[in-house]
Amino acid sequence: MTLRTDRVYPLVLPLLSLMGLLLLWELCGRLGLLNPLFFPVPSLILLRFIAMLADGEIQANLTITLFRLFTGFLLGTIPGILIGLLMGASEKIRLLLDPIVAATYPIPKLAIFPLLMIIFGIGEFSKIMAIAIGCFFIVLINAMAGVKNINKVYFDVAKNYGASKGQLFTRVILPASLPMIFTGIRLALGMSLIVVVGVEFVSANYGIGAIIWNGWETFEIEKLYVGIFLCAILGILFTVVLKRVEMRITPWFGHLAYRDQE
Amino acid sequence: MKLECRHLTKNFGEGEKETRIISDVSFEIKEGEFLCILGPSGCGKTTLLRIIAGLMEPTFGEVIFSGNKNSGPINSMVFQEHGVFPWMNVIDNVAFGLEMQGVPRKERYTQSLDFLKRVGLSKYAFRNPHELSVGMRQRIAIARAFVTNPAILLMDEPFGSLDAQTRLILQEELLKIWSEHKKTVIFVTHDIDEAILLGDRLLVMTSVPGRIKEIIAIGIDRPRDSRMESTPEFINMRLRIWNSIRSEVEKAMQEDTGDAEN
Ligand SMILES: Nc1ncnc2c1ncn2[C@@H]1O[C@H](COP(=O)(O)OP(=O)(O)O)[C@@H](O)[C@H]1O
Ligand SMILES: [Mg+2]
Repeated sequence: MTLRTDRVYPLVLPLLSLMGLLLLWELCGRLGLLNPLFFPVPSLILLRFIAMLADGEIQANLTITLFRLFTGFLLGTIPGILIGLLMGASEKIRLLLDPIVAATYPIPKLAIFPLLMIIFGIGEFSKIMAIAIGCFFIVLINAMAGVKNINKVYFDVAKNYGASKGQLFTRVILPASLPMIFTGIRLALGMSLIVVVGVEFVSANYGIGAIIWNGWETFEIEKLYVGIFLCAILGILFTVVLKRVEMRITPWFGHLAYRDQE
Repeated sequence: MKLECRHLTKNFGEGEKETRIISDVSFEIKEGEFLCILGPSGCGKTTLLRIIAGLMEPTFGEVIFSGNKNSGPINSMVFQEHGVFPWMNVIDNVAFGLEMQGVPRKERYTQSLDFLKRVGLSKYAFRNPHELSVGMRQRIAIARAFVTNPAILLMDEPFGSLDAQTRLILQEELLKIWSEHKKTVIFVTHDIDEAILLGDRLLVMTSVPGRIKEIIAIGIDRPRDSRMESTPEFINMRLRIWNSIRSEVEKAMQEDTGDAEN
């Protein structure tokens, strides 16, 4: 019994507060307390959402946004993790690459998008690259920190039992930095969402960003809100799914027994 | 296998900050001997063991191994912070040394399971270390060292963090395994009773910089167990050792500005 409520509460309570907020919004709207030009009631937004779903507008735009987001994400994350791990593991590589990372990391990723458009054209690739670059640095820095924070005793153990460089990497360095790599991935997914919407504002006919921008240009306020809600839902989905994967792959992380060691 | 340490000296830091941690440590240990090392916290016991294990170079002096070598590695170390990998299940942790040597999976599992039985953990072979208690993790570390069949076993306060009961059980278990395998063991401890119970000889170290104060032959008949702690022989030995170490502990406490802890 207690087990059940323990499991149900974490799902139900957050939903309850969200529902409550939407209900309050609806109520205030209906009572004329909110200006419908800026704050249309949720039910109207939902109706618009259903209409856009019915004529396939949502599906088409969501597909293209997700395609850009995930290709960019993978394109940035995979090399980011590898280079970050190498920089963490090798002092030489770190000294070599650190200045470049330190100099380029703080540039806002949207700031270089016009440059990317000049280099790669205004097609898909410039958008994907903008996302990839955003992800690349975040995962790189986290993976590097992950390696540097590994408890020294694990290196002693590996060395004492005769691990080769390759074995050290696959059996110790990589798994030990997984928790930090996941932190990087989580931040990178958030970043991808921001960047994809940003680049779609500026240069896309399709995509969630385009829906929002289009809603602004034609002043279809419900449409604009549909776009915003889609972003929110994506963001929540990413977080929830990633949390699950993380708990599966790094079950020891944050566990009391290893807190003082990690 | 026989081991000889000649004039081992280790300095840490450079220039002005250079400090001597161990100074001119020379001793010999015979094949199959159980040598305990006792000394105040911070006197360089871990440092000495790491030098013997080849994890660190001495500033002066040398470590010489001689005699017939068996199939296993020269040494395996059980670390003070056990260093059990949280990302591997129990049996993969125990089998780590064998894996590094390229022993096929099936064979290393058979051997590891055998040692897991010996330390009473065969039930937990496929569990994850963070699900187990500190004492159990320490036993994993011990099994991991034994299973590689090293010529010399180095143990750095392996029971230091355990409660008294668990410690007693593991001490007796260790004696049993040792008497069957007749390994050469160097066992660091800060517990006088533990040293008397386990050791053939006891090397007493001075406070930092650690030198050899004296080497005491324990000379109590084997097999031993914890019930002997109330015999006159044992009590006399405890007094004898306490007289030797007391002034060193007091010195260490006076020097201690808080950084000498471990
Ligand atoms: N890698 C290192 N670099 C600098 N100082 C160290 C290092 N390892 C140990 N020390 C210092 O050497 C001293 C002795 O350490 P240690 O050998 O761990 O003592 P013990 O195991 O006897 O408690 C401590 O003061 C510690 O700070
Ligand atoms: Mg120590």
